[in-house]
Amino acid sequence: MVTPTETELKELFEKVEVVASPIRGSLHDYIVSSIYADAEAIASKAVSKAEVSESDLGARIDRILTSRTLGFPIMIALLMAILWITIEGANIPSQILMAGLLWLEDQFALLFRWFGAPAWLEGVLVHGTYRGLAWVVSVMLPPMAIFFPLFTLLEDVGYLARVAFNIDRFFEWAGAHGKQGITMTMGFGCNAAGVTSCRSIGSPRERLIAILTNNFVPCNGRWPLLILIATIFVAPTFPLAISSVIAPFIIVIMTLIGVLATFIVSALLSRTILRGEPSFFVLEMPSYRRPQVLRVLYTSFIDRTIRVLYRAVVWAAPAGAVTWILGNTYISGETLMAYLADILSPIGLLIGLDGVVLLAFIIAIPANEIIIPTIIMSYMGTSMITELESMFELRVLFAAQGFTFVTAICLMLFSVLHYPCATTTHTILRETRSVKWTLLSNLIPLAVAFTVCFVVAQSLYALGFS
Amino acid sequence: MMKEGINLDAKSKGHKYYQEKHEELEKGHDYLVALAGNPNTGKSTVFNALTGLRQHVGNWPGKTVARAEGSFKYMGKRYKLIDLPGTYSLLATATDEEIARNFVLFAHPDVVVVVVDSTTLERNLNLVLQILEICNRVVICLNLVDEATRKGVNVNAEQLSIDLGVPVVPTVANVGKGLDDLVEAIAGVASGTIKTSPRHFALKAEIREALNEVVPYVKKVVGDVPNIRWITMRLLEGDARIREALENGELTPLAKSNPAVK
Repeated sequence: MVTPTETELKELFEKVEVVASPIRGSLHDYIVSSIYADAEAIASKAVSKAEVSESDLGARIDRILTSRTLGFPIMIALLMAILWITIEGANIPSQILMAGLLWLEDQFALLFRWFGAPAWLEGVLVHGTYRGLAWVVSVMLPPMAIFFPLFTLLEDVGYLARVAFNIDRFFEWAGAHGKQGITMTMGFGCNAAGVTSCRSIGSPRERLIAILTNNFVPCNGRWPLLILIATIFVAPTFPLAISSVIAPFIIVIMTLIGVLATFIVSALLSRTILRGEPSFFVLEMPSYRRPQVLRVLYTSFIDRTIRVLYRAVVWAAPAGAVTWILGNTYISGETLMAYLADILSPIGLLIGLDGVVLLAFIIAIPANEIIIPTIIMSYMGTSMITELESMFELRVLFAAQGFTFVTAICLMLFSVLHYPCATTTHTILRETRSVKWTLLSNLIPLAVAFTVCFVVAQSLYALGFS
Repeated sequence: MMKEGINLDAKSKGHKYYQEKHEELEKGHDYLVALAGNPNTGKSTVFNALTGLRQHVGNWPGKTVARAEGSFKYMGKRYKLIDLPGTYSLLATATDEEIARNFVLFAHPDVVVVVVDSTTLERNLNLVLQILEICNRVVICLNLVDEATRKGVNVNAEQLSIDLGVPVVPTVANVGKGLDDLVEAIAGVASGTIKTSPRHFALKAEIREALNEVVPYVKKVVGDVPNIRWITMRLLEGDARIREALENGELTPLAKSNPAVK
C-alpha cells in the first residue's frame, strides 16, 4: 500500500493544473466522442445484421400504442378493462371468503364461551379485532389477487414504458424531466419506490419536482380503497344497465385527476420555487417481451398482494386497538371517538367528508391500506348493526352513519390527493436530506386535496346531491 | 417491493468506509462480484437466476435504483453478488450513476459482470468501455441473444471477446441459457485462471501525451494501479470526487483480509 505524502499530492495537483488548462474545455466532449467512436468500431466488427421482418411488428404496434390520437384512448381503455375484470371477478370470491371467515368467527366465539372467557374479552378479540381483520381480508384480497397480476403483466410485456412515452410531452409542457413519466408510473405500484426511482433524474431541480408530485398517483395501498368505494357506493346509485361499467369508469376518472394534479403541480413548481431549464433526455423504448406468466403470478402475489395485505393486517391491529380505546373511553358521557369526530366534523363536512373519515385518515398515516378498515371499525363500534353477512351490507352500515354519495366521491378524491404515507415520507426525507422539502411534500398534497374536495363537495351540494 | 441492503449512496465516504464495506460484503464469501449494465438489459433477471432470489423484474428502463445483494456457490467457492443500478454511463451526473461508479471504483469488487443487450450492442458498449477503464477484471454477459436473433442481429462473441480483452458469454437469462458458462467465466476471472487484458479506448496523440505527462505523478500517489489512465483523465477533467479520493487514499487497492484470496 502506498501512502501519499503532502508533497507528492501537491506536485500532482500542480502538474494537473498545468497540463489541463489548455485542454480542459474540450477534454470531456473529446473523451465522450472517443468512447462513442470506439464502441461503433467494435460493434461494427462483431455485429452482423440480416433482414428480418419481425422487428417491424414491434415498430408497427408502437406506432399505434404511442400515436397521438390512439395512445390515450388505448391507455384508458386498458385501465378500464383491467378494473372491470377485477371488480366483476372479485365479487363472488369476496362473498365466499366473507361467509367462510364469519363462520369461523362463530366457532371462535363458541370456543371462548367453552373456556368460560368473560363476555368483554370475547367482544374485543372475536367480534372486534377478528371481525375487523376478516373484513379487511375478504374485501381486499380478491380484488388485489386479480388486479396486481394484470397490472404486472402490462409491465412485463413492456407496455408501461409506452405509457411513460405517451405522457412524456405533458412533462415537457410542465417544465419537468421526461423521466418523470417513468417515476410517476412506478408510483402506481408504490410511492416509496417511485420516490427512490427519482434518483435516475440528474438535475436536482427536476428530481425534486418528481419527488414532490409522486404521491398524486394511487399506489397499491390505495387501489383497493378506490375499487371498494366505487363498487359499493357509487355504482349502485346508477341504473342497473350501466352500473357495472360505472365503477371502473369512476376509478379511471380518479386516476386521471391524480395524473392531472401531477402535471399542474409540476408546472407550478417549475415556474415558481423550482425554476430552471429543462434537461434533454431520450426515452428508450424496450422491446416487447413475452411475459413470464408464472413469474408474474408469483411476484405480483408475493411482492404486491401479500405485502399490501400484510401491511393492512399489521397496521389494522394497532389501529383497531386505538379505535377501540377511542370508542370506549368516555368524556362526560361521550366517547372520545365521538368527541374527536365532532371536533373534526365541521372541517370534514366542508370538504364532503365527515369527522370519522378525517379521523381515519389521521389514524391511517402509517399506511394507506388501513383507511377503510379504520372507518369500518369506527362505524361498527358505534353502530347497532352487528351482523354483516355480505359486502353490500357495508353500504347499509356506512349509510346509517350518514355516509353519502358525496362522501364516497370526496373520500376517493382525498385518498388520491392527500399526503404520502409514513413510509413514503421517510423515503422522501432520506432522498432529499431536507426537512423543508419533506414538509412541503406533505403540505402541497394536503392543500391540493383540501381545495379539490372543497370545490367538488360544494358543487355537488349546490347541484342537489347529498 | 424495493430491496435495500446496505446504503452505499453516501456521497463522500472515506477509504476506511469502503474498506469496511468490502469486508462486510465479502464476509463469509470468497469473492465480491458486482453486476452492472444499461437499464433494461435483463440485469435483474441475471441476478435472480444466479442467486435464486426473486427480485421483481420489470420490462422498462430504470427499475433497479437501489441495490440488491445475494450470493451463490460454485466449485466450493462462495460469491457475493451486488446488483448495481442500471446506468448508461459512469460519468456520475445522476445519483444512480454515482452509486454504480463509486461502488466499482471504491469497493474494489473482485469481478465486475457487465450485462449487455445484444440487440443494441453499440450503445451498451459505451458503458462497457468505461468500466474496462476503471476495472480490469470484467466479464461481459451478452444477454438477450434470442431476441437479437429474432431481430436478425447476430453478435460474434469470440470477436467481441478478442476486441475487448475480457471473456464474453452469450446468454438468454430468462430461460437460464448460458448461465453455467457465465458462472465459469466469473470464477475463472476471480481466481486468476482467466487472464484479462481490457481494451482501453483509442485517444488522439495530443491527449495521450498530456496523459503521459501526468501519469508518473499519479503513480507516485496511488502506485501502479490498473486504472491509472482513467484516474488521470478524471483529474484532467477536474473531477473533484477523484481528487478527494486521491487525498484520502481510496483509490489504492484494498488490503485483502480474507485468506481465501491470495
